[in-house]
Amino acid sequence: MALRNMVQALNLALRQEMAKDERVVVFGEDVARQGGVFRVTEGLLDQFGGRRVFDTPVSEAGIIGISTGLALAGMRPVCEIQFSGFMFNALHQLGLMAARYRCRSRGLFSVPMVVRAPWGGGVRALELHNESEEAVYAQMPGLKVVIPSRPRRARALLLASIRDPDPVVFLEPKRVYRSLREEVPDDEEVFPIGEAEIIRHGRHLTLITYGALLQECLQAVEQAERDFQVSIEVIDLLTIVPLDTRTIVESVQKTGRCVVVHEAPRSCGIASEIIARINEQCLLYLHAPVARVTGYDIPYPFFAREHAYLPNVPRILDAIRRTLEF
Amino acid sequence: MPRQQLAQFHVDYLQILDENGRVDTTLEPPLPEATLWQVHRCMTLARMLDRRMHILQQQGRLGTFPSCYGQEAAGLGCVLALRQDDWLVPCYRENSALLYRGLPLHNLLLFWMGLEEGAYWPRELRVLSIPILIGSQTLHAVGLALASQIRGANEVTMVFFGDGATSEGDFHEACNLAGVYQAPVVFVCVNNQYAISVPRSQQSRSETLAQKAIAYGFPGLVVDGNDVLACYVAAQEAVERARLGRGPTLLECLTYRLGPHTTADDPRRYRSEQERQQWEARDPLKRWRIYLEQRGLWSEQQQAELERELQAEIELAVHQAEQIAAHADPLEMFDFVYAELSPDLLAQRREAAEFLAHSETLSASSVRR
Ligand SMILES: Cc1ncc(C[n+]2csc(CCOP(=O)(O)OP(=O)(O)O)c2C)c(N)n1
Repeated sequence: MALRNMVQALNLALRQEMAKDERVVVFGEDVARQGGVFRVTEGLLDQFGGRRVFDTPVSEAGIIGISTGLALAGMRPVCEIQFSGFMFNALHQLGLMAARYRCRSRGLFSVPMVVRAPWGGGVRALELHNESEEAVYAQMPGLKVVIPSRPRRARALLLASIRDPDPVVFLEPKRVYRSLREEVPDDEEVFPIGEAEIIRHGRHLTLITYGALLQECLQAVEQAERDFQVSIEVIDLLTIVPLDTRTIVESVQKTGRCVVVHEAPRSCGIASEIIARINEQCLLYLHAPVARVTGYDIPYPFFAREHAYLPNVPRILDAIRRTLEF
Repeated sequence: MPRQQLAQFHVDYLQILDENGRVDTTLEPPLPEATLWQVHRCMTLARMLDRRMHILQQQGRLGTFPSCYGQEAAGLGCVLALRQDDWLVPCYRENSALLYRGLPLHNLLLFWMGLEEGAYWPRELRVLSIPILIGSQTLHAVGLALASQIRGANEVTMVFFGDGATSEGDFHEACNLAGVYQAPVVFVCVNNQYAISVPRSQQSRSETLAQKAIAYGFPGLVVDGNDVLACYVAAQEAVERARLGRGPTLLECLTYRLGPHTTADDPRRYRSEQERQQWEARDPLKRWRIYLEQRGLWSEQQQAELERELQAEIELAVHQAEQIAAHADPLEMFDFVYAELSPDLLAQRREAAEFLAHSETLSASSVRR
């Protein structure tokens, strides 16, 4: 075991899987010589050479497109889009081609690729470097969408993603790339795609989130438990598609109250889907409407205003209070 | 039947003022002396601004920003060829050109301070604001140019982008569309040799980037991008072509980013100090100073005066920008999403207002970290 931050944990996963599986190749803008702008791919070029680790021109559609081709040919591409917002430049390749190959060929072809991208806001970055566009991928059947929140699961989920037979969009909450350290075992550890994790158990309310906001949620929960004399269950989704409906429903059946927290805009966001499933499967267990704490339905603001946009502890706490008092 | 050669192409290179300040008088354009000084002023201002911005960034008063150091000539030289009613579509290292065009300094600062106010530029400048999505602006430029064409207006659009941008699909679609419609647009590729860490040689196998134009049916020309005179003359030709309805041109301005990609970058990871020094010897400001001196337009004393004046101008702009930032209302993030806000968004705005009511002012909580 060693204490690692998320960048180191992801790097470990890539190193180990590349050593183990020769089909794994890593490429993207500035990933080789530079080791990625966030250094997630640091040292891979030296260890595995330029045939398996290479820089691309500034060409997102190209990156996703050749990744699809590599995967069709039986390789295991792990490509990087420098910031997830730039994936919009490649959505036709991702959503209309990579996502559909298996289905349209009745399983003859498959696209086992991973598209990694730093994701989310809160780091005073430039415009378009802060997007939370996961709901876009959730509307592209054929893709899986994974968003880890802490180093240990990040490593274990990246391994699972590389081994998955289908295309996985792997979104990395850059705000907590280096701010959190966790024990991450040296030995291989895989965490299954499609399973949410109950971070702490509770009886009076279910708080559901994913990504960097898990930290704010945990802070809010501690305060709420003190202030309101309740116990709160916290679910870290980890996988957005396929959603772990069962863990959500079982928890809400127990607590009867639920708050969903994410950074992305509110309307038609992941919270909307979660609430729909709760309504479908356990509406009558609810003691209060399910609350959402989200970004607003506006373009992500330039960074001087991002603090006003991002969900924070007071907003989460307020939603918890309203839901408890309903 | 033997094979025949169907087509043959060439790509020219233009330099007028060399790195030692020697001018080719047969090619030297007749620019007024006031303009020559104005060029000097804007390049000096851009360079001083760059240094000041680095300090502000280190102090947390400015966000990550891309340095223009070493690239002050290309944009400015090209923009000299534009009229005020022509459209200018910059990339993010065209400070000298934007300042020449009349962009208030504090506006530029506000952009890198993370405020939308910094993307709200005086409309009469006919300048689009700074693009972040690489290559995207090339298509907008073609659209602007087509509007001029459709309206029968005699305007030209000039668009800037980097060597890396030539790898994006948007760039190729822009070139193709401009060629097909003979749009009055001038594409200016500011080739500073790197796209973050990726060198020009790995961006494209093309011997020159200018030659990409040929495939789309219009001329491409390579220019010494550290030579204001060459950039001006090349742009002048391209602008005239466009104005006469003869279609687009691609200029490739060869230059070098002497600083880091942005303040978040460490160039020592991917390039040698020796290479940097070679390019430092070709500094655009140095040769321009020699040129002015030879023409009796420059002295140490004038320089000292100029720098004092520019320093004051910069400090005033920093002050103005920070004043605006201090009073910026975070809730304005809602106000320009649509021409008219839906009841839904108005409700969200009220919700945000409630949470902000007790928090600190914008400047205290965010602009200064
Ligand atoms: C579509 C898109 N992809 C990637 C990026 C990240 N990025 C920012 S600048 C840059 C390099 C651009 O290089 P170049 O076009 O040569 O311009 P330079 O920065 O050298 O002036 C990259 C890859 C981006 N902003 N937009």
